[in-house]
Amino acid sequence: MTTAPAPTTAPTTAPASADTRRAGRPRRRGERSPLASVALHLTLIVASVIAVFPALWVLLTSLKPATYATTTDFFKEPTLDNYTNLLGDTPFLTWFGNSVVIAAFTTALGVFISCTTGYAVSRFRFPGKRGLMWTLLITQMFPVAVLIVPIYNILASMGLLNNAAGLVVTYMTIAVPFCAWMMKGFFDSIPREIDESGYVDGLNPFGTFWRLILPLAKPGIAVTAFYSFITAWGEVAYASAFMVGDDNLTLAGGLQKFVNQYSAQWGPMSAASVLIAVPAALVFLFAQRHLVTGMSAGAVKG
Amino acid sequence: MAVETSSQSVAKAAGDDVARGRSRGTGKRRGKGKCSLATHWYAGAMVAPVVLVIGVIIGYPLVRGIWLSLTDANERNVERSIGVNHIPATYEFVGLDNYTAAITGDQFLGTLGWTLLWTVACVSVTFSLGLGLAVLLNRRIAGRSVYRTLLILPWAVPGFVSVFSWRFLYNKDNGLLNKILAGGGIDAIPWLNDPTWAKVSVIAVNVWIGVPFMMVALLGGLQSIPGELYEAAEMDGANAFQRFRHITLPGLRSVSSTVTLLSVIWTFNQFPVIFLLTRGGPGEATQILVTQAFKFSFEISPRDFAQSSTWGVLILILLMAFAAVYRRVLRKQGEVW
Repeated sequence: MTTAPAPTTAPTTAPASADTRRAGRPRRRGERSPLASVALHLTLIVASVIAVFPALWVLLTSLKPATYATTTDFFKEPTLDNYTNLLGDTPFLTWFGNSVVIAAFTTALGVFISCTTGYAVSRFRFPGKRGLMWTLLITQMFPVAVLIVPIYNILASMGLLNNAAGLVVTYMTIAVPFCAWMMKGFFDSIPREIDESGYVDGLNPFGTFWRLILPLAKPGIAVTAFYSFITAWGEVAYASAFMVGDDNLTLAGGLQKFVNQYSAQWGPMSAASVLIAVPAALVFLFAQRHLVTGMSAGAVKG
Repeated sequence: MAVETSSQSVAKAAGDDVARGRSRGTGKRRGKGKCSLATHWYAGAMVAPVVLVIGVIIGYPLVRGIWLSLTDANERNVERSIGVNHIPATYEFVGLDNYTAAITGDQFLGTLGWTLLWTVACVSVTFSLGLGLAVLLNRRIAGRSVYRTLLILPWAVPGFVSVFSWRFLYNKDNGLLNKILAGGGIDAIPWLNDPTWAKVSVIAVNVWIGVPFMMVALLGGLQSIPGELYEAAEMDGANAFQRFRHITLPGLRSVSSTVTLLSVIWTFNQFPVIFLLTRGGPGEATQILVTQAFKFSFEISPRDFAQSSTWGVLILILLMAFAAVYRRVLRKQGEVW
């Protein structure tokens, strides 16, 4: 399912373009004055530059030798030194591996749990359904602060502190409520007739869910997976509090080693940032064409 | 209006599925949500994991967090093991003392004030920019998908990486922003070292991070507004501003009310931006409630678990009160949510 095409008829409104308001001669629908077009492109270009620049600047910095790291020269004596230093002399690869494992498990579990829950809430009526929906919404409001100490204690007593499994379990608390809520909205948009045809063909509710509905829910799953992954990949508070020691840190914790209050090693830091952003960007590219559809069908309808 | 648009987006999102579903030719309709034991069993099995997750790692910690907030627990008196010796907990129940201390002390109210300002500023600016960009992207324009991909990019970069790159730009002596200012003959701005500038800086970064989500959500909403409405309005002689005011804004109501609520909650609890950009500094100028509560339990010595939990519970109460009021207001306006 690709993103819905823009209304091909009337142009949508742009409050900024005073030009269209001054209806001198009737313009054909969808036509813009050249001036308005220029203004439109200019705005979008400026916005895009602001959106892309910080990341791009880090990319450029990572390719500069350390001595030029803090200069404004865009590109000077490009080198891969920062990368070789980072990979050779720091535990970066260990942190990276930790993050990959944690993010992968969080995504797989998060998607699975939120799909089954979303489907059950969307299709069945059962006692406690309203309560469950409310709980899912309210858990979004839970600040890290109220849960972090008790979770810390629980993990400590179970020996899961400093352990990837502990962090995966913790990330479920962040990813699952939002994803389940979003999947519910998404399943709501899939007509019930499909379920019914499944029953008629002799499938039980699990079979219907697995073989008919899940394949149709791909855009929703893509958004959910993206969200779970990004959550686990970029979470800072729990990771900083629960993981200690170079071997167990995730990327979020590890990167903090390069920059502290007093000094900053911009060279390895910028190289690390680039390497961290790449997997996220790949997941994002995979999910991005589903984002608009998934969002409009799922989350935003609540 | 809201009902109309949401059903519209449903039809659009599932457009081809509807056709496929019907072509199977299942004329008869089962009573939906038939209350039989069998469906309960299936439903139960499917929600079991989430109930387990919420019960074990949200429910229990929450109860314990609330309990801790009623005690004087800190690093020195909680249950702990030193070597082979196991030391039992010695903290005591102190009732609401922590709450009175928090609310009558000047730190909480000061932090709360800035947290509110931070939330309102971030959400309103993010929403305006997101809406503006969504409207622009919803027009027919060359290179639209390229613009869209570029504009969504900050969303794809993990939050802490973005924050570090901004720290890099904000750096007082070597940061690009100050170098650019110097090029224009303007004195360096202590972006993160001056209380006021630090506040501006953290808001700017959070807006930069938040706009893509807002834009994508609103774009989804815009695309679900039927084009015929605009045509009809144009026929009736509505100008661009009137169309925006009377079609676009109402059409976005259900979308914008949800994203605003989410965005308020997320911003209020936004941990990484503050923590990584300024650690709440300079002084405590940019400390929001969440980062301060984290500081109580993990950064000061002895760690003050009771105070941290108290702040956590207060945050939760504030957010729930906000959500309840918000929902009431929406309901009065006839919004179905």
